[in-house]
Amino acid sequence: MDSHNGPDNTPGSPIRQQDHLLHHLYNIQQQFQHIPQQAISDLATRLALPISQIEGVVDFYSFFHRSPRGRYDILFSTCTSCGDLAMMQELCTRLGVSKGETAADGSVSIATASCIGMCDQGPALMVNGRTITQLSAQRLEMIAKQVESATPLDQWPAEWFRVQDNVRKNGLLLGTAFETGSALTAAISQGPEALLNEITKSGLRGRGGAGFGTGMKWKFCREAKGDAHYVICNADEGEPGTFKDRILLTSHAHEVFEGMTLCGYVIGAQKGYLYLRAEYRHLLPDLYAVLARRQQAGLLGRNILGQESFSFDIEIIVGAGAYICGEESSLIESMEQKRGIPRVRPPFPVTSGFLGQPTVVNNVETLAAAAQIAVHGSAWFNTQGSDKSDGTKILSISGDCTTPGIYEYPFGVSIQKILDDCGAEHVQAIQVGGPSGTLIGPDEFERKLGFEDLATGGSFMIYGAERDLLAVISNFAHFFAHESCGFCTPCRVGTSLLRNGLDKIVSGHGTQYDMDEMYRMATLVKRRSHCGLGQTAPNPILDALQRFPKLFEERLLHSDYTPHFDLDTSLAEARQLTHRDDAEAHLS
Amino acid sequence: MSNSTNNSITIDGREIPFEEGQTIMDAARAADIYIPHLCHRPGLKPHGSCKLCTVDVNGRAASSCTLPAANGQEIANNTPELKEVRKNITQMLFVEGNHFCPSCEKTGDCTLQAVAYHLDMLDGHFPQFYPKRKVDASHKSIFLDRDRCILCELCVRASREVDGKDVFAITGRGMDAHLIVNSESGKLGDSDISTDDLAAQICPVGAIMIKEHGYEVPIGRRTFDLHSIAEPGLEPVILRKGKHADE
Repeated sequence: MDSHNGPDNTPGSPIRQQDHLLHHLYNIQQQFQHIPQQAISDLATRLALPISQIEGVVDFYSFFHRSPRGRYDILFSTCTSCGDLAMMQELCTRLGVSKGETAADGSVSIATASCIGMCDQGPALMVNGRTITQLSAQRLEMIAKQVESATPLDQWPAEWFRVQDNVRKNGLLLGTAFETGSALTAAISQGPEALLNEITKSGLRGRGGAGFGTGMKWKFCREAKGDAHYVICNADEGEPGTFKDRILLTSHAHEVFEGMTLCGYVIGAQKGYLYLRAEYRHLLPDLYAVLARRQQAGLLGRNILGQESFSFDIEIIVGAGAYICGEESSLIESMEQKRGIPRVRPPFPVTSGFLGQPTVVNNVETLAAAAQIAVHGSAWFNTQGSDKSDGTKILSISGDCTTPGIYEYPFGVSIQKILDDCGAEHVQAIQVGGPSGTLIGPDEFERKLGFEDLATGGSFMIYGAERDLLAVISNFAHFFAHESCGFCTPCRVGTSLLRNGLDKIVSGHGTQYDMDEMYRMATLVKRRSHCGLGQTAPNPILDALQRFPKLFEERLLHSDYTPHFDLDTSLAEARQLTHRDDAEAHLS
Repeated sequence: MSNSTNNSITIDGREIPFEEGQTIMDAARAADIYIPHLCHRPGLKPHGSCKLCTVDVNGRAASSCTLPAANGQEIANNTPELKEVRKNITQMLFVEGNHFCPSCEKTGDCTLQAVAYHLDMLDGHFPQFYPKRKVDASHKSIFLDRDRCILCELCVRASREVDGKDVFAITGRGMDAHLIVNSESGKLGDSDISTDDLAAQICPVGAIMIKEHGYEVPIGRRTFDLHSIAEPGLEPVILRKGKHADE
């Protein structure tokens, strides 16, 4: 088995979902609260994979651990919208366990996770992979009691685990009823060429944020030669502040699966995969049920709708906590049971993707839109939207507003209109498109959503006047340093340098020199990194330096230079060891 | 001047030919143009991870070791701006590991060190990370000092592509990424590597070294004491030094 990062994978029969390495590791982690070395050796033999490949995967994904986690493994989101680290600290104190560590009796461990996609109903946490939303002081206390009494998770109150859709504003996609099978019926009556033409004419562009033309992507893949073609639905919605795919998969799963099947029909694929982020594991039972219903209805499997030459199946692969896997080539690597390292491009997935074969990777929303377009036609879609951005966009709105949730707007809508609709007042700044997107201030609220102005994958995080915006920027810097895959030097080292530089300024030790350095490094990381992660990671810093320079300047020391190294802080360990904290044990 | 049917690219104003399938790095090498690099080596699959070979192609940043050459590309390579960028990337590689040149047996034969000199790097510039990394001395003839590893994956690829083994791999994520050995114990001594393997000799730094051959070539007469890293066709020389063959 080739474990090398690159497009030269030997074509073979794809891995069945029940045999997938990530799924085996999830089961082992559930059983033993970690991945024991012996289990790695056994798996290597069973799956005929190198031990080092399995170790590589275990160490790459955040939700696998080499040392035991607690029987209740609790993860608090670090997201500025669905996280509350003060609450985490409270629970740590309440249960007598330090952050990141497992209690001596093995009962509980508490740590952090990157945004878990509950930004409209936070603060939120995950316990053994299950999401608990709407945390309050009372709920936290009750969780502590359940942990102390060792109550099995299944007996915890069901309403704690309830995840709501919170759709606030319907548009073209969310507001149009969809009859199961109608898109496939329409597709078959038109034939693949006509359908492709319709998708192209609609002007539909990728909804993940990059905005590549969907029709063109399908066309390239259809024309590419290969032993097999594949459709992948990218449901690794990891951009902090984004949760719209969760709603689509909860309440519009038929559209999504039908969009995948349509794509298979156009490009000549017989196999589709939904790559689901682990944070949405709770959706699995319902998704499997929808797949089963579609199978029974003749919309999946062999001879779809009686067409002898049209067979298509869908499997679901669940990730394990890695933001980078939202990048399409990393996602494919992850599907191939490897670390999610972005490939060298070209070749692009449309010619050499999953198992080296032509592959379409589309966002959840893109596929749902394609299904609706197949039914209603391109004009139905592109009469809405702006010049270069046809149709509508589903936004995940969170942060400082009265009604966070899901809003669908035609492209071209102004930021101010959105703020008015969701009840946001005294807004200091908005992060449009998540941390990898654009940070804007009030003088830009007349700008418009769209690929020609403010592009977005759907994240819309609002920060009110009371927020410490520098803490937000710092949060993002920590996020990127944590999620950098480590493949290329500028991103691996650069995101950590940026994080440390920002920490120095936030803690009041920065000087003008540190500001200049940060700008220089941010520019280098953005321009020289291998993939989209590194190329966008410095955006919040660069945007903030440009639009909110005062944030930084207010914290600077008025000297030319102060070292990173702080003598007094470095004595902390010595003080702890000697049980001293008197004035004499300090240097300043 | 070339006629339009010939494939050519322009590097720093100099027009050079290329053949279909060549990368910018391939074409540059064939024309004896040096583009600094650490993770690239002819004969192994291009990797594009160290980013030292970053160039500006028609104004856009690209890795020359992986980007296919295409007719009419205008490439900036040896410019003050790119030299500064490459110096910073090299400094990043120094500060993320534990590199103590004066006490390292590889000094003078080390490609990282040579590249640093080539780029006029005088210090690490950034704050040191001082990571804690493990040394593996379990093999009778080869040792693995991860303090010096720069994650170029030359050993990973050499073992897989040339030696027909699969001795090395990278694990972890971000700054935790590190080199591991593909054996039950994770120790080099339990792997099937041998000193004749390319993987045992290809390390551009002092992370993978052959035991019991220290300081056979005196400092002052080592590879980069006698050659510049920018010299064309230096790979065989660098590799020979790795084997400690006498001149």
